[in-house]
Amino acid sequence: MTLLHPALSAADLLGLFAHFLVLSLLAVGGAITTAPDMHRFVVDEHHWITDAQFSASVAIAQAAPGPNVLFVAVIGWNVAGPIGALATMSGTLLPSTALTLFATRWGSRRREARGMRAFTTGLTPLTIGLLVATGWLLARPYVGDGPQPVGALAVIGVSIAVMLRTRISPMWIVGFGAVVGALGWV
Amino acid sequence: MSDDAGDDVESAATSRPASTRDLFFTFNRLALQGFGGVLAVAQQELVERKRWLTREEFVEMLALSQVLPGPNVVNLALMFGDRFFGLRGAAAAVGGMLVVPLFIVLVLTAAYGEFSHVPAVSGALRGMGAVAAGLIIATAAKLMKTLGTNRLGLPLAVTFAALTFVAIAWLRWPLVWVIVGLGSVAVAIAWVRSP
Repeated sequence: MTLLHPALSAADLLGLFAHFLVLSLLAVGGAITTAPDMHRFVVDEHHWITDAQFSASVAIAQAAPGPNVLFVAVIGWNVAGPIGALATMSGTLLPSTALTLFATRWGSRRREARGMRAFTTGLTPLTIGLLVATGWLLARPYVGDGPQPVGALAVIGVSIAVMLRTRISPMWIVGFGAVVGALGWV
Repeated sequence: MSDDAGDDVESAATSRPASTRDLFFTFNRLALQGFGGVLAVAQQELVERKRWLTREEFVEMLALSQVLPGPNVVNLALMFGDRFFGLRGAAAAVGGMLVVPLFIVLVLTAAYGEFSHVPAVSGALRGMGAVAAGLIIATAAKLMKTLGTNRLGLPLAVTFAALTFVAIAWLRWPLVWVIVGLGSVAVAIAWVRSP
């Protein structure tokens, strides 16, 4: 996997970039809500990376400091190295960035307008459904076909409970997951 | 609780970023503290430490960044930077938030490629992955509470959330059709029901 000989043809790279361009504008509620569709595209449809690689990409970005959107760059990197990361990351950021700048300037005076309100109200339930679907798809490789489904389920359950019941920083929960995983329980 | 401030009085925020450089390094620092997500740290840094935003301004900006497509915290950084220094500010805030963490995560990815055969390393990552799934589900659970006050009404809002889940997680439909199909119906109903 080098810059000069990426794993994908130029046409495939362009397809990857184009797909992420479109997803960028659909990422209502955050980039992570488009993860299931990225999964469908790079794993199910094109078989560029495996199910486990996809989950590992998200996990690395989540474990590292910084915005979770960086998982997009990791997926690109795993598909086609640095140029893959460039394709997915720029595809993800360019449209939404342009739209956000445009919309903030345009919309700051019509925050209470009927159309804006209807837009927010209508899309909120979809955002939540998408988040649950994302969690589900990320959990599947560990719970469904993983070596330790019970341990994985327990870790997921503990994470949810600690997140909902306490104010402990997610950083510590991620650390707990790393220790439990290194011991071979997940 | 409806606190429609209405006008854009900014008197409550007691400070503002001194320069685009200040903006860059502040966003860089808060991003580097954000393991498992940046949002909580961003709130702490921008509202409580720097006092560049009031809590209300922060919530309002966050709501907008969630409605707009794109990564929420990146959108937040864009809006924040643009507000104080225009395009240069937006670039400084987003750059500060992304450049160094991007480098770190790619180095980790490359390193993981070398060590993925070590059971403890791949095991640790599996453990963190399971936690990541849990964190997302927990976030969804927290946000579900907002469905109670959704203008669609609780039953309809829950129905749309459930249909979205089924379409994406089980039927594996492309997101674009789900947003365009289900989303336009939901927005249309919200439009009809809004005052």
